[in-house]
Amino acid sequence: MDIKFLTDVGFLLGSVGFVWGLKRLSSPDTARRGNMIASIGMGLAILSIIFAPLEQGDNNYAWVVAGLAVGAVIGYLMAIKVKMTAMPQMVSIFNGLGGACAVLIAMVELRHFYTGASAMSGGQVAISLTALFIGGIAFTGSMLAWFKLEDWLRDNALVLPRHSIFNMALLAVILVMGIYVFVLKIDAGIGLAAIFMLLALLYGVSFVVPIGGADMPVVISLLNSFSGLSAAAAGLIYGNNFMLVGGILVGASGTILTILMCEAMNRSLLNVLIGGFGGGGAASKGATGDQVVKEVTLNDAAIQLFYSKSVMIVPGYGLAVAQAQKVCKEIDDLLETNGVDVKYAIHPVAGRMPGHMNVLLAEADVPYPKLLDLEDANAALKSTDIVVVVGANDVVNPAALDDPGSPIYGMPVLQVWDAKNTIVLKRSMNPGYAGIQNPLFFMEKTHMLFGDAKATLSKLVSEIKNL
Amino acid sequence: MDGFIQFFEDYQLLIYLLVFTIILGFEVISKVPTVLHTPLMSGANAISGVVVIGGILLVRQAEAGDYFSLGLGLFGIIMGMVNATGGFAVTDRMLEMFKKKKKKK
Repeated sequence: MDIKFLTDVGFLLGSVGFVWGLKRLSSPDTARRGNMIASIGMGLAILSIIFAPLEQGDNNYAWVVAGLAVGAVIGYLMAIKVKMTAMPQMVSIFNGLGGACAVLIAMVELRHFYTGASAMSGGQVAISLTALFIGGIAFTGSMLAWFKLEDWLRDNALVLPRHSIFNMALLAVILVMGIYVFVLKIDAGIGLAAIFMLLALLYGVSFVVPIGGADMPVVISLLNSFSGLSAAAAGLIYGNNFMLVGGILVGASGTILTILMCEAMNRSLLNVLIGGFGGGGAASKGATGDQVVKEVTLNDAAIQLFYSKSVMIVPGYGLAVAQAQKVCKEIDDLLETNGVDVKYAIHPVAGRMPGHMNVLLAEADVPYPKLLDLEDANAALKSTDIVVVVGANDVVNPAALDDPGSPIYGMPVLQVWDAKNTIVLKRSMNPGYAGIQNPLFFMEKTHMLFGDAKATLSKLVSEIKNL
Repeated sequence: MDGFIQFFEDYQLLIYLLVFTIILGFEVISKVPTVLHTPLMSGANAISGVVVIGGILLVRQAEAGDYFSLGLGLFGIIMGMVNATGGFAVTDRMLEMFKKKKKKK
């Protein structure tokens, strides 16, 4: 059997590994094996490309092996060191690297074309330009998203006046220039292609700049899909089916998650991209004047929780920021000893990337059958005795259902007011990220427990122990 | 239009692959439950490390003295490999946490 046949089969098996692995991700029980299968698929493909016979070139195996080794070590170290709260940052970095890699490949191949070192069909030039464009956005956009997630950059720093118009103009310039470079064919030269690349990189920054805060899950998903699509485009440059399949699968996954996140906030993608949600335009409306909130003492809260039948915990990102997942689990354990049924209601945008809160709670040893998604939680809330809201605000805002004037009107929320009682843990009465007042706090059945999430929960633990 | 028809005829098999992969991708991935969305994303991240294949191809096809291609290609391989290894490793770490719970229960 010749080598070419073997390596081609290797690529085929690699693609099957991806699809099979992703399929197994559909249940937590089989997911780990699925990830393993996908990684074996990747390994097979890397072996195949190393041994595949080529028509040209000097192989340069020293460079290949050095690159693989360095990359593998760095990647592995990052993976074992990263904190689960920092997953969105890590995913952003990876999205960016994938995009940057596609940009490099496209740039080198275009240079070969313009210097006459190799031929390219019109289609290949168009695909290379596409890879530059999508990969460029994925690269700089993800880097900026990473900076924002690390809080190295304020959300609305760098926003220009009329930023959305600037973005559209920039996009138009890039498109026109892309067509121009394409039509000129070999006469365009590497210089014009480089300028095209720089514009794409600039667009990546400019497009993420106005987006922040609660919109981060959408951006990360979208950039994820871009990094996949740029990989697919790079695969098309080489006519490599395996890269195409892998890239498209990632593109599909990112797109699905983007759609889900947009639906979870009841906003169109365009609306998220143009921004304006946290941009100050949505000043808190309907000053609620002299409405008073009722507080509950720690002791009362502990008694209520301990002697109830069912408790639903609604964690928001505030819980993760306070690193309070473990304390939360402690309360859960204490209540379970008294036969209380404890569940968690997880809103799709509760973390800073899709599914983030589930991972954080899993890290704290909460079994996944206890984690309810939006629909299941809303069904269960009707028969819940006490809801404990920790560090969440907009996702439990009744205004989303009944106040058409509210900026979040129409967003699917957790209907915690259906439960018999609600305890809201909150640092102060400041409105949440979106700056929207929350009528839930003033409801008859709602009681407030002010203080830092972690400190309050710890005190609650000792109160319950003392009962 | 002629150009387009020509393109379609020439690349028909590739277009089939593209279309069916998109359908398959949406079909498979829309079945992933909310609980697993973060591992899905980091796993997808690892898969987008397929660009490493392009990087290796680029370096192997270069001439031994072409340091521009070799340098950028090396950089590309490193980035793609970080993506792939890191992505699979961190996904495994996360999924292990989901698994452990199950046994305890």
